[in-house]
Amino acid sequence: MASEESIRLLMVDDEEGYVNVIANRLARRGIDVTRTYSGSEAIQTLRGEEFDVALLDLKMEDMDGLEVLKVFKLMAPELQVVMITGHGSEEAAREGIAEGAFDYLTKPCELSELVEKIREAAAARKKMEP
Amino acid sequence: MKADNGHHDTHYYNALTRRMIGIIIVVSITPMLLVAGVIYSQFHDSYKEKVYAHLGELVLKHRQNIDNFLTEKLNNIRFMAEALDVEELNNERVLREKLKILQEEYGTVFEDLGFVNHEGLQVAYAGSLKLENARYSGAEWFLKALENEYYISDVFMGLRGFPHFIVTVRGGTDEEPWVLRATINFMAFNALVQKIRIGKTGFAFILNRQGQYQTEPAFDALPSIQQYSEYFLTRNPSSHSNVRIMEKEDSAGRVNLYVGALLKGGDWLMVYQQHSEDAYADLQHAQKIIILILLVGIIGIVTMSVLLSGRMVSRMSFIDREKEMMNQQVIETGKLASVGQLAAGIAHEINNPVAIMVEEAGWIQDLLEEEEFAAGKNLEEFQRALLQIGTQGRRCKEITHKLLSFARKTDSRIHDVRVNEMIDELVELSAQRARYAGVEIITRFQKDLPLLKVSETEFQQVMLNLINNALDAMEKKGGLLKISTSLEGEEMVIEVADNGPGIPKSNLARIFDPFFTTKPVGKGTGLGLSICYGIVKKMGGEVDVKSVMDHGTTFHIRLPVIQD
Repeated sequence: MASEESIRLLMVDDEEGYVNVIANRLARRGIDVTRTYSGSEAIQTLRGEEFDVALLDLKMEDMDGLEVLKVFKLMAPELQVVMITGHGSEEAAREGIAEGAFDYLTKPCELSELVEKIREAAAARKKMEP
Repeated sequence: MKADNGHHDTHYYNALTRRMIGIIIVVSITPMLLVAGVIYSQFHDSYKEKVYAHLGELVLKHRQNIDNFLTEKLNNIRFMAEALDVEELNNERVLREKLKILQEEYGTVFEDLGFVNHEGLQVAYAGSLKLENARYSGAEWFLKALENEYYISDVFMGLRGFPHFIVTVRGGTDEEPWVLRATINFMAFNALVQKIRIGKTGFAFILNRQGQYQTEPAFDALPSIQQYSEYFLTRNPSSHSNVRIMEKEDSAGRVNLYVGALLKGGDWLMVYQQHSEDAYADLQHAQKIIILILLVGIIGIVTMSVLLSGRMVSRMSFIDREKEMMNQQVIETGKLASVGQLAAGIAHEINNPVAIMVEEAGWIQDLLEEEEFAAGKNLEEFQRALLQIGTQGRRCKEITHKLLSFARKTDSRIHDVRVNEMIDELVELSAQRARYAGVEIITRFQKDLPLLKVSETEFQQVMLNLINNALDAMEKKGGLLKISTSLEGEEMVIEVADNGPGIPKSNLARIFDPFFTTKPVGKGTGLGLSICYGIVKKMGGEVDVKSVMDHGTTFHIRLPVIQD
């Protein structure tokens, strides 16, 4: 089902059930999801692999999402980060955009919306390649 | 509880008022009384001294006059006795001549002259009475006259039957002495003393050692003679130049001022007597003025203290009430804030499981698209159920979103508030309750209202309160709640109108009072509307209410729109 140009997505969220179900659903829509369940795990994963887009939960137990974002941007400046926030925490999301994130969505969000946003981010990533 | 509180407060404020009145009165009146008392006592003492000095001087002067009078008359006779020899004195013609000269000089002071031999026989006489050859051998004055070279008798009736006294000079040898005597007219002497009159009750008289009047007192002698003679006898004759002043109550119960001085070598006592209150008339006048001033002062102070304390305490009770209201408001706002935070926490926690549920349902939907299920006879039913899970999940999401936006606004900082949107949110929050109460909520908003610069939390609180009150009122029968907004000049007007049972006229004036409630005990604090009132006032606005029984109640909130 995956197309030749399948999008490589790094998903970071400490809510395991959410990561798994989203990963399953995105995989059906041609998005290759690598699942990580904490900020540190995500950073570890990013060291060895390359991704087009990261889906980053801003509220996690081990590390603040914004901190993870900063590390991502240092390690892989071309990586496009879509942030997931709770309703009412838009302020943090706006701060994230100032730090170089691509955009944000509030949780829970419609899957179609999520896929759309990931595709936009991937397209933006593409443009950056020479 | 509330009644107890009110009673306790009234008691407290009454006690406070009384204490303040007491303190003001004591602090103001005490120095006033002290000053008045000291001034009066100083004045009293110095005035009394002045009166004493004045009367003392007066009595001394008159005593001197009388002594002079007596001495002068005595000298007249002495001169005559020395100038004439016995034959001439024995000659009635000579005596008549001498009497005539004396009467020419002194008027009727000298009544007669007489020459009395050692046997007491008046051998020569000149005067208006027929006293030739009168016998005086037994008379008291004659015995005294023989003993002394000069003698002035007490006043007595004698042979003539009316008061007089005589002046005598003794001459001749020890074996055959003779006496020249002159009678002094009592009226002339009496006038000397009687002319001493001061005030209404001041008069003078003279007493002899036996306490008999030597002059006729201007008034009946009310007091007993006793006290004078006692006083008279206790005098040391050597100190007779001094006056003695005393105040004593007489038998009629009146206090009299007595000034006494001895005269005629200590034989007579001149007494000046006056009622004390007459003597001190000016002092009593001053006393009356002081009492009047004190009275006016005290009335003024008492009136002022009552008015002032009353006003201060009512002001204090007002401030206390306001403070209490503010405290309640802070508590209520705080409660709302903590409820908001709790809600936010719960909303966050619920968000994740709901998201997972919805996504898992979506995942099943994804899987159902595969061929192996396409032929399943319950496929449609599965899909319907999954759709329903999605729909309900989204509903949960909306609820948590509302809770979160509500929580975010629980602070009293000033924000730009979109009134229509906020009322919409509140109406949605109240929708459930409204449904149960059978109330339909209709909103009629004016579009493009300017932003309102107020605290969102507080504004929410006001609106929620009004909405909840309206719902409470219509709970039994249901009804219609209309909320509308409009702009009138520089003011935004928000109207909350229900068609419930209305508020009785007697309660209408009190509904903004703190602790006023018609709800059963435990159901309402009676603070809701008073807090609303406080908040709207703080925002610079007005809130008023109109109510018609059985037709409904309408609240109007007017808030100033501040343009940047």
